[in-house]
Amino acid sequence: MKKECTKMKGISLNALFLAIIGLFASGLAMAAPDLGVAEQQATNWHAIIMFMIFVGFTLVITKWAAKQTQSTEDFYTAGGGISGFQNGLAIAGDYMSAASFLGISALVFSSGFDGLLYSLGFMVGWPIVLFLVAERLRNLGRFNLSDVVSFRLEEKPVRTLAAFSSLVVVAFYLIAQMVGAGQLIKLLFGLNYNIAVIVVGLLMTAYVLFGGMLATTWVQIIKAVLLLSGATFMAFMVMKAVDFSFSNMFTESIGVYSEAHKISLSEATKIMGPGKLTENPIDALSLGLALMFGTAGLPHILMRFFTVKDAKEARKSVVVATGFIGYFYLLTFIIGFGAILFVSNNPQFLDLAKAAMTGNLELIGGNNMAAVHLSDAVGGDLFMGFISAVAFATILAVVAGLTLSGVSAISHDLYANVFKKGQTTPASELRMSRIATIGLAIFAIILGVLFEKQNVAFMVGLAFSVAACANFPVLVLSMFWKGLTTRGAVIGGVVGLVGAVILIVLSKAVWVDTLAISETAPNPFNGPALFAMPLSFLCCWFFSITDKTARAEAERKAFDAQFVRSQTGIGISGASDH
Amino acid sequence: MDDSQVERILNNPKFQEMVSRKRKLSWTLTAIMLVIYVGFMLLVGYNKAFLSSSVSGGVTTWGIPLGLGIIVLSFVLCAVYSYIANHKLDPLNEDTLREVEAIAHEKGMH
Repeated sequence: MKKECTKMKGISLNALFLAIIGLFASGLAMAAPDLGVAEQQATNWHAIIMFMIFVGFTLVITKWAAKQTQSTEDFYTAGGGISGFQNGLAIAGDYMSAASFLGISALVFSSGFDGLLYSLGFMVGWPIVLFLVAERLRNLGRFNLSDVVSFRLEEKPVRTLAAFSSLVVVAFYLIAQMVGAGQLIKLLFGLNYNIAVIVVGLLMTAYVLFGGMLATTWVQIIKAVLLLSGATFMAFMVMKAVDFSFSNMFTESIGVYSEAHKISLSEATKIMGPGKLTENPIDALSLGLALMFGTAGLPHILMRFFTVKDAKEARKSVVVATGFIGYFYLLTFIIGFGAILFVSNNPQFLDLAKAAMTGNLELIGGNNMAAVHLSDAVGGDLFMGFISAVAFATILAVVAGLTLSGVSAISHDLYANVFKKGQTTPASELRMSRIATIGLAIFAIILGVLFEKQNVAFMVGLAFSVAACANFPVLVLSMFWKGLTTRGAVIGGVVGLVGAVILIVLSKAVWVDTLAISETAPNPFNGPALFAMPLSFLCCWFFSITDKTARAEAERKAFDAQFVRSQTGIGISGASDH
Repeated sequence: MDDSQVERILNNPKFQEMVSRKRKLSWTLTAIMLVIYVGFMLLVGYNKAFLSSSVSGGVTTWGIPLGLGIIVLSFVLCAVYSYIANHKLDPLNEDTLREVEAIAHEKGMH
C-alpha cells in the first residue's frame, strides 16, 4: 500500500514536471515575438536551461523526500531530523529572498547608504530571536508557534488567533514573492506574467505536497549555497576591479554616480549617508522596530526551529544562519556599489527611452534588475543566466516555505485542534494538510495575478509589521510572563493585528498611493510598528491582570511547569504523543 | 511531568543558577543590541549630518563603518551567547536533570 502510494506520487510528479516544461515552451512561443534583440534571447536560454537543471534536480530530491514523508511530523518538521548546520543554511535561505537580493542591492544602487539601513534592520532581528525565542520555542512547541502560545492558554481562542495572524503574514509575504516572481520571470526568461505565476505555483505545490518540510528544506539549502556562491563571485569581481579597497570603490562610485545621474559631485557624495528612506525620524524608528521584532514573529521562520532535534541544535541554527545572512548582506552592499560602477554608465543596460521620459536613470527592466545586469557585466551571458536562474529558484524556495507554514496554520491549528478539538487521526490531519497545500497554491496564484502592479518591497514591510505587532507580543509574553492569560493574549493579539492593518490602510502608501481616496493620509506615519506593537503589549498586560476568572488563575499556575520545560526540554520527546 | 517534579526542579540550586545566569546573559545581550541599534536609528533620524561626515577626510562616512559594524556585531553577539550557553549553561542543565531524576528514582516515583 505504502509502496503503491509512493509510486503514485512518483507518477504524478513526473506528470507535473512535463506540465511545467510544456508551460515553459508555450510561454516562450507566446513571448517570442516580444523578444527584441537576438542577443537577449540567447541569454534567456542560458537562464532557462540552468533553471530547468535546478528544477529537475530539486524534483528528484522531492521524490526522495516523498518516500520519507509519511507522518505529520515528517510533513511539518521533516521528523526533526535536520542538523543545526543544515537548518542554519535553510533559515539563511528563507531570509535571502529575492526581495533582499534584488531589492537591497537595487536600493544600494539607487541611493547608497539607505540600502544598508534595510539590511541592518533585517540583521538585528536575529540576535533577538536567539536570545529570547529560539530555545524556548523548540522546547515548548511541536510544529508551529501556535503550539507554543497555546501551551498553557486555552487552545481554541488562542490557536485560532495565532493561526489567523500567521495566515495574514503569510498572505502578505506570498503576494510579495509571487508578484516578484512573475515580474522577474517576465524579464529574465521572456515569459508571460501569468504563466510565470502559475509555474511558481505548480512547482511550489510539488515540493510541499509530495516532499513536505524535508524537500522544502533541501530546496532551500541548495538555493542558499548557489546564491551565496554567485553573490560571492560578483562581489569578488567588483572588489578586484577596485584593488580590494572600499575607499577606492566609494570614490569611483561617487564619480560614476554623479555622471550617470547628471548631478554635481557634492550632490552625489550624499549617497554615503542617510537619505530619502528615513526623512521622517518616526518612520525610521518604526521601520527599525518592525524589521527587528518582525523576524521573531514570522511563522515560516519560527517553524524551522522545530526541524532540529533539540534546543542546542536550534541555537546552533541561529548562529550559522546569522553568519551566512550577515555575510550575504555585506555582499549585497558591495554588489550595489558594483552596479553603480559597472551598470549605471553602460548604455547596454540602460533604458534610454524611459530615461528620456522620466529624466532619471532607468535600467532595462527596472532598477530592481541592478544585480542581474551586474552579473552580466562581470561574468558574461552564462553567469547572468546562472544568477537569473538562482533568483527564480530563490523565490520558489521561499514560497514553498511560506506555504508550508500557512498549511500548518490551516490543518494543524484550525482543522485538527480547533475544528476537530484534537479528536483527529494523524492520517486525516495529513490529508487535510495536502488539501490545504493545493488550496493555498491556488490562492497564491490568484493573489499573484490580482496584485501584479503592487509594490513588492512594501508588501514585505507589511508582513514584517503584522508579525511584529500581532505575533511577537503574544509569543514573547506567553513564554516570559507568568501573568499572561487567554483573555489578555486574545485581546492583545487582535489589537496588534487590527491596529497594524488599520494604520497601514490609513497611511500614505495605501490611502493615497494605492486607493487614491484623498490627497493627504489620515495617518502621517508610514510604519505601524512603533504604535501598534506597544499597544498590543499594553492590552495583553491590562486584560491579563484584570482577568480574575478561575481559568486565568489556573493558567498562571501552569506557568511553572511550562517554565521548567522551556528551560530544560524535559518531556519534549514525549511531546509527539499528546 | 507532575507538580512535585516541577517543584523539585524549580528548587534545585543548579537549576536556579542556570536560570539566573541565562536570564542575565540573554537580557544583557538583548539590551546591548537594542541600545546600539535604536541609538543608531535615532542618529539616522535626528543627526544625519554626523553619519554623513567623513571618517578621516576621505569619502568614507561614519555611517558606513557603523552600519557594517552593527552587522558584524549581530553575529558576534550570537556567537558569544552560543559559546557561553554551550560551555557554561548546558552542563548545569544536565546536572539538574540528572539530580532530579536520581531523586525521582530513589523515591520510586518514576
